[in-house]
Amino acid sequence: MQELLQQLVNGITWGSIYSLIALGYTMVYGILRFINFAHGDVYMVGAYIAYYLVAAFGMSSGGAPPAAALAVILGAMAGAALLGIIIERLAYKPLRRQPRLTVLITAIGVSLFLENAGILVFGADPKFFPQIFAARSVRLPGGALTTSHQLLVLGGALVLMVGLSLIVYRSPIGRAMRALAYSRDVASLMGIPTDRIITFTFALGSALAAAAGVLVALSTPRIDPLMGLMPGLKAFVAAVLGGIGNIPGAMLGGLVLGLAETLVSGYVSSTYRDAIAFALLIIILLVRPAGLLGRAVTEKV
Amino acid sequence: MRTLSRSRRPLALLVLLVLALSCAKKGGQLKIGEYGSLTGDKATFGTSTHNGIQMALDEANAAGGVGGIPIALVTEDDQGRPEEAATAVNKLIVQDQVIAVLGEVASSNSLAAAPICQEAAVPMITPSSTNPAVTEVGDYIFRICFIDPFQGTVMARFARESLRLSTVAVLRDVKSDYSVGLAGYFTQEFTRQGGTITGDESYQQGDVDFKAPLTALIARMPEALYVPGYYTEVGLIARQARELGYKGSLLGGDGWDSPKLTEIAGEAIGGSYLSNHYSTEDPNPVVQGFISSYRTRFGESPDAMAALGYDAMRLLVHCLRELAAADPEALAALAGTGGDAAARAAARARLRDLIAATRGFSGVTGEISLDANRNAIKPAVVLEIRNGQFRFRERIGS
Repeated sequence: MQELLQQLVNGITWGSIYSLIALGYTMVYGILRFINFAHGDVYMVGAYIAYYLVAAFGMSSGGAPPAAALAVILGAMAGAALLGIIIERLAYKPLRRQPRLTVLITAIGVSLFLENAGILVFGADPKFFPQIFAARSVRLPGGALTTSHQLLVLGGALVLMVGLSLIVYRSPIGRAMRALAYSRDVASLMGIPTDRIITFTFALGSALAAAAGVLVALSTPRIDPLMGLMPGLKAFVAAVLGGIGNIPGAMLGGLVLGLAETLVSGYVSSTYRDAIAFALLIIILLVRPAGLLGRAVTEKV
Repeated sequence: MRTLSRSRRPLALLVLLVLALSCAKKGGQLKIGEYGSLTGDKATFGTSTHNGIQMALDEANAAGGVGGIPIALVTEDDQGRPEEAATAVNKLIVQDQVIAVLGEVASSNSLAAAPICQEAAVPMITPSSTNPAVTEVGDYIFRICFIDPFQGTVMARFARESLRLSTVAVLRDVKSDYSVGLAGYFTQEFTRQGGTITGDESYQQGDVDFKAPLTALIARMPEALYVPGYYTEVGLIARQARELGYKGSLLGGDGWDSPKLTEIAGEAIGGSYLSNHYSTEDPNPVVQGFISSYRTRFGESPDAMAALGYDAMRLLVHCLRELAAADPEALAALAGTGGDAAARAAARARLRDLIAATRGFSGVTGEISLDANRNAIKPAVVLEIRNGQFRFRERIGS
């Protein structure tokens, strides 16, 4: 019982990492109907920006004030947002009127470019991400153990999910984003600056990825240029599982995937972890093709 | 045909000059190839090995090379990946025409490169690959370290006899030949001596979350965890085991030997034990001399990979000097100053025989004697990690 409880806690904390990354995927998809495969790599760049910021501020492991840690996260988010804008301008904007497949393949190209540029610039060897504030063990009711950093990841995912929902559903720019999602041409006729909104969407998505990168680097303090590859892919799966385009769906999808992986490697074998997790995805999609929280949309002809 | 324009003429002359120079056989040199993980998640292995090799090379050249012929080293980075290791060794043999190859640390990478050396009949010495399959590839493949059956047995004996443990759980990296091998040999010896393996779980190289297998293992309350993986993952495993409230020791092998281990794991790895090839605390003057000149040159203490790289190069130089004494013509063929391709192949075969006959070669990692299977017979040391330092605990003989 104790063990099961601990595994559930492990699964939820691990799944919240997927949730964090999946939020960015699902938002960009929801607005632009486009899967930004470079998302996982922006997540990696975010972690590296934070790594160098920490070094630049001369923060060592342990005693940094919370304000400094927040400054590092915000700095990484700003840097990644800028990167997102540059990627959009150089790689995706010229393809605005091209078929969706062309943009998709360009996104894979951008992803590979970022990974290899990362190897070149940051070096291929993993770096130790300094513990700017020390992890404390937290005993949950029932006896399961977790750490303050993992609670931070889960809390961060929840805060970002709520914040993102507020931006998309409650702000003027969010209304413009949703209008764009409904019909780009009509939105443009109504005087919505579509290019600016698309740029904003990318900047926001990249900032989300960077926030995820920093939070994850804090709880598993090892970063390398390919760290975004698998989590990026899994987060994409999580977004589809929850219903791509749906913000709470991304959160739920991440948690389900994390729990599935943890329970499989805890009770079966980590060799089958990915196989079983993906089999689960196929089964869920067979039963609910639009994902757990997705609405089935009939395509207009 | 158009004549070269005036502006291109100097360039053409330069090309001719370079060609002429590279064809000149003046003096010749003995080209030795090295492949290793200079970058990637085992980068400290490759870098340390390279430093050790480079130091032995410079010492040999300062002492007049081999009978006056200088030794040159061609180094290729394989990024710690088996497929890159194969490419690197192909390049060393075909393009650089090296006479012998040194590398790798990770057994999976050595296993990718060994068949290429065997096929081309170029002797390969791995300084530190411990999986038995590496030298089983063929008679041109050697190693100067002990093998995993021995290393796994040493740790099992240490756990049983010195630490008096009766329950241990095993966490292995299923993507690494090295880790899977060690886990198996440890389990075999530990149970043979009456101990109990309470659990056997796995992870995959590159994972960052190990809490699921760790939770399953810890639930059965073993006195220690045997984690024969590489330092990048082991550092995180140690951390997460402590986060789950585990208080026992972690046990491991030479894959832990990197300063990155204590950097990543911090306090969490304290009180753990690893089997290794040598200890910097060995009072032997040869060892201490090596350590002090390595420190002067690279600004850090040599780990076992550096020491084994150093020994591998020194053994190779020793064999080349024996060859020079016994058969100067063969050496000239290797240096590229005499003989044809057939003579070079024959000379490499003679070099192979000399390496195979190594008995009692005194290295900084102990006396090296090669057995009939081209593996070194050497004692191992067990180190304890205390306050971020690897401290000598005991020596366990073969």
